[in-house]
Amino acid sequence: MKICVLVKQIPGSEATFNVTPDGRWIQESGLPFEMNESDIYALEEALQIREKMGEGEVFVVTLGPDRCQKTIREALAKGADRAIHIKEEAPFCTDPLTIASVFTQVIREENPELVLSGLQSDDLGFGQTGVLIGEMLGMTTATLVVATEIQDEDIRVKRELEAGWFQWQTMKLPASLAIQSGLNTPRYPSLRGIMTARKKEIKDVSFNDLRNVDFLQSFKKLSIQHAEKHTEMIEGSVDEIVSKLVNVFKNEIRIN
Amino acid sequence: MDFSYTEEQLLIQKTAREFALDHLAPCVINRDEKAEFPAEQIKMMGELGFMGMMIPEKWGGAEIDTIGYCIALEEINAVDASAGVIMSVNNSLVCQLLYTYANDNQKEKYLKKLASGEWLGAFSLSEPQSGSDASNMLAVAKKDNDHYIINGTKNWVSSGISCDAVIVFVMTEKGIGHKGISAFIVEKGTPGFSHGKKENKLGIRGSDTCELYFEECKVSAENLIGEEGNGFKIALGTLDGGRIGIATQALGIARAALDRSIEYANERKQFGKTISSFGAIQDKIATMATNVDASRLLIHRAAKLKDEGKPYKKEAAMAKVFASQTAMQNATDCVQIFGGYGYMQEYGVERLMRDAKITQIYEGTSEIQQLIIARTLLGNK
Ligand SMILES: Cc1cc2nc3c(=O)[nH]c(=O)nc-3n(C[C@H](O)[C@H](O)[C@H](O)COP(=O)(O)OP(=O)(O)OC[C@H]3O[C@@H](n4cnc5c(N)ncnc54)[C@H](O)[C@@H]3O)c2cc1C
Repeated sequence: MKICVLVKQIPGSEATFNVTPDGRWIQESGLPFEMNESDIYALEEALQIREKMGEGEVFVVTLGPDRCQKTIREALAKGADRAIHIKEEAPFCTDPLTIASVFTQVIREENPELVLSGLQSDDLGFGQTGVLIGEMLGMTTATLVVATEIQDEDIRVKRELEAGWFQWQTMKLPASLAIQSGLNTPRYPSLRGIMTARKKEIKDVSFNDLRNVDFLQSFKKLSIQHAEKHTEMIEGSVDEIVSKLVNVFKNEIRIN
Repeated sequence: MDFSYTEEQLLIQKTAREFALDHLAPCVINRDEKAEFPAEQIKMMGELGFMGMMIPEKWGGAEIDTIGYCIALEEINAVDASAGVIMSVNNSLVCQLLYTYANDNQKEKYLKKLASGEWLGAFSLSEPQSGSDASNMLAVAKKDNDHYIINGTKNWVSSGISCDAVIVFVMTEKGIGHKGISAFIVEKGTPGFSHGKKENKLGIRGSDTCELYFEECKVSAENLIGEEGNGFKIALGTLDGGRIGIATQALGIARAALDRSIEYANERKQFGKTISSFGAIQDKIATMATNVDASRLLIHRAAKLKDEGKPYKKEAAMAKVFASQTAMQNATDCVQIFGGYGYMQEYGVERLMRDAKITQIYEGTSEIQQLIIARTLLGNK
């Protein structure tokens, strides 16, 4: 089975952010970048499906600037067979529809039976890419996938619903699945994997060459919310303290 | 000269660091207290390629250079120096010795298993009466047709209990000093080969150190590594590389002490301020950090020379003596910065102090390293 996995490189979750002078993006220098969390699980799921079936190919597709090479190598070190890097320079496209249409052109040529993506990227968090691609490619589509089972022409997936409920659903292949974090145990790249990754193919394509729709949305201004610490000591008798506290709850924090 | 890591080296570092935090950190204090060997973790490290890092793929290894090995070993030791010494002995002593000196049959039979982590190896040179003066050993091997009969007691063998095979140095000819020493590989379970109890140690308590007994132990002549009488040369040649490993163990401990100190100094408040605002604490942190970097540079220089096939005996000795001194000093200062909390087991920094000490003793004491450095410079034998 030919499986495509979308992986994205995002700023590390422990990073401190600053906005660029033009106010439209974050300052990248000095930021640690890593693979998006749910993409790590999507990649693992793909590798496990390939291993279970005993054959097949896993290729990863990444959109982003040169720095994404590091994330691509990591995916290859973990066991992906090859990669396609859709190269993009800043200012980056933040329009999900444009992104999905570019991915679709690359993926259509490859004709995979399964497209796995993370549920959402932890930086922009639109959560649309996998669904849009599935739709554009005419694939069956599911989100919030927490388990997969290949059955001949079909794939059975377990989906997470609200309030602790789950749903099993059988879908036709080819399919595009948006994977929820936590459904498997991602592997470490083995040292041999790290050393052989450099021999694997990374095909470069240009984002601008593939872009065929106008951006429907873009960032006008980014701002960072600074949490402010504010401590107020409440004094008085117990009754006074209680009534002041209730007032704070009701009128300042607004707990109803 | 390039001081930044390559993409691959960064990925090796990340993998080793994440593995150590996920699988070694959680019960490290418990294993230290109970002197419990990290068997499961070592198996996993083998599967990931950490146990035969510098050995070509053909012989079961990960085929990474010495600097890559040092990068991974530092991360493991920064979390658990017991797992660190097990890794170091298997890589830089056992596998490296077999790769350099064993014949292809021996490599096929032993190196493949040891480098891939299927087996664990130990290195047995010391005896109760012969430590620094290693050639003064008493254990003997007598040739008997196509076999050798080994007799003697070896001591303080790291991984002596958990190993599957040991490389042991014994006298095949007495009265000619170190020229009579030969190296053999002996499998666990060979009749006449047994081990003593696990020693109760100050530090690296997760590593099992024990005596090994050979009583009329019959091993095939095929298990002789290199030629008869070459054992001491093999041991010393291998220990040069081993010292890079132990220096790196020391670096890992020293860096852990630094990291923990920075974190704690920025949290702990006294007199209404974080203790990191006090000059005395800043002074310690600055010195600790400088010595960590200096250690790493010395280690990587020795590793680079080794990879280039150039002499590195003096450089490895310098790296070991400096890094082990740094480990001891940093661990002590870290406990000092933690104050009374540092003295308590649950904060996990008193262990750094106990673990650090061994790096000044094994694979050549600091005094012996000084001797090696001085002799290389002064030219006397
Ligand atoms: C936990 C642990 C694990 C070990 N693991 C192994 C192992 O796996 N394999 C193995 O073969 N061995 C192992 N050893 C043994 C270790 O290598 C020796 O302890 C070390 O070589 C020192 O020998 P010694 O303890 O007999 O000390 P000695 O040689 O008796 O030295 C005592 C003191 O005298 C000093 N000294 C000795 N000679 C000189 C000199 N010429 N000039 C100046 N000072 C000198 C030393 O530096 C030291 O301070 C281990 C030891 C320990 C404690």
